[in-house]
Amino acid sequence: MPMHDNMGARCGAVWVIAEQTDGRIRTGSLQLVGHARKLANQLGTCLEVVLLGGNLVGVIQPLFAAGADRVYLGNDPDLALYQPEIYTEMVVKLATEQEPEIMLVGSTSMGRELAPLVAARLQTGLTAHCIDLVLDENGILEQRVPAYGGLVSITCPDRRPQMATVARGVFPMPQLDEDSTGEVVPLDVPDEVPGRVQTLEVIREEPEGVPLEIASVIVAGGAGAGDLDGWCKIADLAKVLNAALGSTRPAVDEGWIGLETMIGQSGKVVSPELYIGVGLSGEMQHMVGITGAKVMVAINSDAKSPVFEQVDYGVVDDCRKFVPVLVEKIKEHRERALSRSSRSHGPTSI
Amino acid sequence: MLRIAVCVKAVPDPKEATRIKIDPVTRTLLRRDVPLVTNHLDRNAVEAAVQLKEELDAHVAVISMGPPPAETIVRECLALGADEGILLCDQAFGGADAFATAYSLAKGIEKMGGFDLVLCGMASSDSGTEWVGPKIGALLGIPVVTAVREIVERDGRSWKVKASLENGYRLVRVRLPALLTVTRELNTPRALSFSGIVSARKKEITEWGINDLGVQEEAVGLRGSPTITANLTIMNGKDSKRAVEMITGTREEAAERLVEKLAAAGML
Ligand SMILES: Cc1cc2nc3c(=O)[nH]c(=O)nc-3n(C[C@H](O)[C@H](O)[C@H](O)COP(=O)(O)OP(=O)(O)OC[C@H]3O[C@@H](n4cnc5c(N)ncnc54)[C@H](O)[C@@H]3O)c2cc1C
Repeated sequence: MPMHDNMGARCGAVWVIAEQTDGRIRTGSLQLVGHARKLANQLGTCLEVVLLGGNLVGVIQPLFAAGADRVYLGNDPDLALYQPEIYTEMVVKLATEQEPEIMLVGSTSMGRELAPLVAARLQTGLTAHCIDLVLDENGILEQRVPAYGGLVSITCPDRRPQMATVARGVFPMPQLDEDSTGEVVPLDVPDEVPGRVQTLEVIREEPEGVPLEIASVIVAGGAGAGDLDGWCKIADLAKVLNAALGSTRPAVDEGWIGLETMIGQSGKVVSPELYIGVGLSGEMQHMVGITGAKVMVAINSDAKSPVFEQVDYGVVDDCRKFVPVLVEKIKEHRERALSRSSRSHGPTSI
Repeated sequence: MLRIAVCVKAVPDPKEATRIKIDPVTRTLLRRDVPLVTNHLDRNAVEAAVQLKEELDAHVAVISMGPPPAETIVRECLALGADEGILLCDQAFGGADAFATAYSLAKGIEKMGGFDLVLCGMASSDSGTEWVGPKIGALLGIPVVTAVREIVERDGRSWKVKASLENGYRLVRVRLPALLTVTRELNTPRALSFSGIVSARKKEITEWGINDLGVQEEAVGLRGSPTITANLTIMNGKDSKRAVEMITGTREEAAERLVEKLAAAGML
């Protein structure tokens, strides 16, 4: 079990396990590298990135541009798809040799499986879905997560590496320095893997409508929808606004909508222009998923709901009754706007 | 015979869980008598096991780590069709993080004897880390597939499953013995039946403490947990950048005013 050397001088590197899709480093990985750069600077250590994949020629420069000193590169056709056995083996082996101080992983589908497999093998701690990472005065990583109406800091004082998964979008995109370079350390693919589990294929399913991640308008529904019928009314609002439909955890648990629409700490992080939260209470685990929205609206039947402290406009009403009226008013507004514009821009007779 | 172990967790009823807050002084959870229920996704894991049992020659054991009241949820799983129930219950297990929890459950599963399949819900509703399942698999040294939403094919001990991704799925071949964590898309858990409840009364629940597992006190619970909860800030969630303007009036008026506000902000 890797134990932390409290005596000081030697401090392992800060690591980021990066991901790429279709030959591009994922945005979340670059954001993570950007923040990890700051942590490495504070610790006076280097920032190293592990990247595994199948065809990585010409892919890695953005990692250096975002601040990496060194990239451990596993580039092999066998690594083209995420393979839990080989990936775990490679990261565990490298971490055992290099003894990083910190290992950060994106809260992606892959990261959420790989991180616990690696952490268990290294017998170290792993904090889930952090929304912030800071160093305390002793250089220990405070891994912040929302919990029960507060924000808790989780630390892993004695074992190394200190591991955390981080939601995409909680750290800003770093300034990219296109001229930056660094060291590339090629990794060998282990030839002895048991082959007990194998990813055969990755199939993409594009959700209907506007993807949450790039939507400029988002309507999110929560437990207050009451039932599927109530939920459909919220979905109608999303449709008329040409918005992406998001959700809170209870809406997913009730089966009204799929997990891929959940916004928040363990779901997606979004940054729309307009966010309308319907029948949801504004719990922090949900609200941390909305960053930099220009205008925020809440519709909730409880005038005292904490959601109203986090928005620009609030309506106290039963959403099941209010939302259909709102939908009608939006349609009327659109029609008025349309007829106005056809009057002003329409064919004019001389 | 296919031997299946299902890991289940007693969690505060999520419908009432927002009543749980952290005591700012003691930093312990104020549970406010929120009732314990079987974690939602664990119900899907139990359902998957029971369905396999209906199709194949299988034995289903449920195992839970928790305080004495967690026995009720183990009993519920027996009523749903599991054959055997085990509760890891010992003061020493208290305060465990995901690693110490996985370690204890892995030891329990080892003690129960050889398993072909271990099933877990993908996440618990109260801590929500998603770590316990895969860590158990890693500690048992068996292959793991997380977020399984469909079992596509079973060819003896070689199974093909679909594992959910953010934007699609992975088709994965996995050889038993293996650990799978499951999502709610996998199945629809059955309701409790009267006959199930009656037959569950006759089934026995075994309780094991650290001595039964043969584990060191330092390896479990709070002491066996690499992570600690160090610090707590109470946040009221108030967004200081925003001052809310409440839109009032009749329903029609409020809707109309909201539309005006959004239009004025260039949002429509
Ligand atoms: C580790 C962990 C991670 C989590 N991650 C996430 C996450 O990523 N995303 C997420 O969303 N949640 C997450 N949660 C759950 C989160 O803590 C909250 O439970 C959840 O966000 C609450 O959802 P809600 O607001 O829809 O429901 P509730 O909190 O139950 O609120 C429902 C609201 O609807 C209002 N209401 C009721 N009826 C009506 C009506 N007829 N009309 C209008 N309003 C009505 C009520 O006044 C109430 O304010 C997580 C929890 C944990 C423990």
